[in-house]
Amino acid sequence: MPKVPGLFKGLGVTLNTLKRTAIDGTNTVQYPHEKEAPPIRARGVIALHEGNCTSCMLCVRSCPDWCIYIEGHKEMAPPRRAGGKPRQVNKLDRFDIDYALCMYCGICVEVCPFDALFWSPEYEYSEPKIADLLHDKAKLSEWMETVPEAPALEAGAEKKGKK
Amino acid sequence: MNALLAADLPYWAQSLLRVLGGVVAVLLPAGTIVYLFLFKMMSFMQSRLGPMEAGPYGSMQLFAEVGKWLQKEDITPARADRVIFKIAPLVVLASTFLLVAVVPFGPDAWFTNFEAGVFYMLAVSSVSVLGILMAGWSSANKYSLLGGLRAAGQLIAYELPMVLAVIGVIIQAGTMNLQGIVLAQNGGEIFGWNGLGNPYILTQFTGFIIFMIAVQAELTQTPFDMPIAESELVSGYMTEYSGFRFLTFFIAEFATAGVFSLIASVLFLGGWGVPFAWFDWNSIDDVSDWMNVVGPLIMFTKMMGLAFVIMWVRFSYPRFREDQLQRFAWKVLIPVSLVNIMITAILKVAF
Amino acid sequence: MTSTESLIDRRQLAYIASQAADARLNVELETEGMTLNIGPQHPATHGTLRIIAHLDGEQVVWAEPSCGYMHRGYEKLTEVRTYPQVTSLVNRIDWLGSFANEVPFILAAEKLMGIEAPPRAQWIRTILFELSRIANVSLFLGDLGVQLGAVTPVFMAFRDREHVLNLIEGTTGGRFHPNFDRIGGLKDDLPAGFIDETRAVMKTLRNFCTEMEDLLFGNEIFQSRTRGIGVIPKDIAMQYGLSGANLRASGVDWDLRRDQSLPMAWDKVDWKVWTHPDGDSFARCWIRLQEVRESTLIVDQLLDNIPSGPVMAKVPRIIKVPEGEAWVSTENPLGEMGYYVVSKGDLGPFRTKIRSASFNNISIVPWILKGVYVPDIITILASLYFILGDIDR
Repeated sequence: MPKVPGLFKGLGVTLNTLKRTAIDGTNTVQYPHEKEAPPIRARGVIALHEGNCTSCMLCVRSCPDWCIYIEGHKEMAPPRRAGGKPRQVNKLDRFDIDYALCMYCGICVEVCPFDALFWSPEYEYSEPKIADLLHDKAKLSEWMETVPEAPALEAGAEKKGKK
Repeated sequence: MNALLAADLPYWAQSLLRVLGGVVAVLLPAGTIVYLFLFKMMSFMQSRLGPMEAGPYGSMQLFAEVGKWLQKEDITPARADRVIFKIAPLVVLASTFLLVAVVPFGPDAWFTNFEAGVFYMLAVSSVSVLGILMAGWSSANKYSLLGGLRAAGQLIAYELPMVLAVIGVIIQAGTMNLQGIVLAQNGGEIFGWNGLGNPYILTQFTGFIIFMIAVQAELTQTPFDMPIAESELVSGYMTEYSGFRFLTFFIAEFATAGVFSLIASVLFLGGWGVPFAWFDWNSIDDVSDWMNVVGPLIMFTKMMGLAFVIMWVRFSYPRFREDQLQRFAWKVLIPVSLVNIMITAILKVAF
Repeated sequence: MTSTESLIDRRQLAYIASQAADARLNVELETEGMTLNIGPQHPATHGTLRIIAHLDGEQVVWAEPSCGYMHRGYEKLTEVRTYPQVTSLVNRIDWLGSFANEVPFILAAEKLMGIEAPPRAQWIRTILFELSRIANVSLFLGDLGVQLGAVTPVFMAFRDREHVLNLIEGTTGGRFHPNFDRIGGLKDDLPAGFIDETRAVMKTLRNFCTEMEDLLFGNEIFQSRTRGIGVIPKDIAMQYGLSGANLRASGVDWDLRRDQSLPMAWDKVDWKVWTHPDGDSFARCWIRLQEVRESTLIVDQLLDNIPSGPVMAKVPRIIKVPEGEAWVSTENPLGEMGYYVVSKGDLGPFRTKIRSASFNNISIVPWILKGVYVPDIITILASLYFILGDIDR
């Protein structure tokens, strides 16, 4: 086969792409009308399971840019069984994450010893004002509903003991 | 002939009609090229859809863009030469309007029909160089200056091959009147067979290629877009322009692309005409009046075909370097076109 | 392909040309020089690099890069962060191939602790490392087109790179900043379906490479723009401490993936180190194109035999690295990237020296830009391929 000059080959590539786009459809997604589903593990937003949090402050200390704010107080709760002693529980007053600072590294989710923080692939929570990106625990708990199950693992993987 | 446009109307009405026609003839191709090729074809070549939100399939996007540009602040740099800075885009656009004046769209549908049409066309197409130089110099910006100087060097270098490429056509047609060239092509015959007329793209193929390359350079489209070169010179001579003045440059760029495609279709593809043998026409007096309506449509189709090639090349190629471009013009295009002229002349005498 | 001799000739010619440019200035034509600031905000620098170029007409008399506009102080920041936190910081150095930034740091910390990741983790690390190389360099191939005036390649690069990013996101959770590497292994195992998906994507990427060859590398205009432009001879390349594809394009057969033994899986598969004798811009771009293709082949082979087992060695929950110093460097997409970690037995490093490839690669800019034309500045900078985050850290 004789060598086709590169100039014509280049024209051929663009024309082929034109044809492919017209016939097979584009690779792009018309965003507000149709949405791509992010992968299960996608680090979209941090959701809070409020009941599990004991305000131990581990996540606050391990956050590389200190964007988590926790305030809590101790409270006496009624005993579990009748006749028992009242228990001391940590009540969460404030759990804010400043998403303007957060760099989505996921260290807080990892260090949490009580399974209170989860990643959700939800991504549509932009705000017109940067200060509005400071989300409180009510908002964080709402995202708990969008947290998916962990994906199945590839063949050959060893099931881990902890989460 | 002469029933439709001329004679019956008073001078002012004729002039008004011509101005309106000129505006349509400049803006309509520009708008179509921008939407169809710049927005849609380019996007499809890059596996995407392009603008989709403004109007059905994004068809109103151009109006949205114009609206956006009109709203923008008209900035003049503090150290710019204000008057020249403001005139420059208009000079560039004026060159486009002057160009379209000689293009014939039908047997009677022309703006001016004068004998040295080709000569005039080649002359006024250089006016845009002045505008670009003015823009580059007056912007008080080093990038603009470099861009303007590059543009001047490039446009002057490519004027010559363009002239030489057209000379072959002139020799063959024996006239410099664009209308005459159209008639010569459609009334012509190839070795006694006249089913196709004699479009000069067949006999003057070398000339056609050289002309299209020169057009590409005149338009500063991609393999020759060093004056704009957004990755080197930011935007060349257009760097400091904003708002409406930038829009003027933009319109001029694509309108000129349209007008040059029109001229190329006149010179090489038979212009508005259909081969006269189909209808047993012998001269322009036989051509029926309906060609005044069909002719522009034929022209438009041919223009879109040529503009497609121009844009296709634009989206596929990287750009030359300035010295390579000059070398290409002086060492390749000009000798080849000179040889082309010689062969054409010899054959013209021989047959 | 030219021999070393003609390379030296070319170098001398370039030197003579630059001398001539110097001499001509203000003498022959009584011209005045012009200082052109390319950057910090300029479309060609993909970031905030500033090149101060002193021009005579369009010819460069001297040029100097001025970096630091995006300095984020990562070396200092590592001193006040714990080891797990550092990983999320160093992700941001070369933001196009983030995972590759984590690996040398983690390896250095592992070296200090005297532990080694389990084989499955090593394998997956290598796969992700090569995926990030593909994500990085395929964008370079597209960007190269934009620098040289072709608009289409970059969209094709983004189109096909998206598949690689989806793979990385599906595995690690982050498209750009995976933060997936841990001391002693990986955060998690591969999700189901990863292997099949990756195979399909690697095929797409090889198609992309062929498309780039047809659209850009085979194009005569592209070749005339890059061949013989910005020639770096072998000895000069080594003197300036270039690394990666820039060095291999000058004919030095040097690849850290092959030349040093690390607890990674590169030595388990067959692959080739590409070199080119020319040392010009075309060679540098061509080497990178071949490396993308080679990386897809490496990934394909690695996928064939991932060992089973855990992905995390036994490490304490709170990581304290014993006292000591360690240097580990790997062959990153941009070149040699290394970390010199000094530990005093704390939760975080006492001092970290980051050797990033781009910083050394652009140090050759004043030498190589002498006597070239303005459009060639862009070609040479594009072919040297730096990432601003990698220069300024």
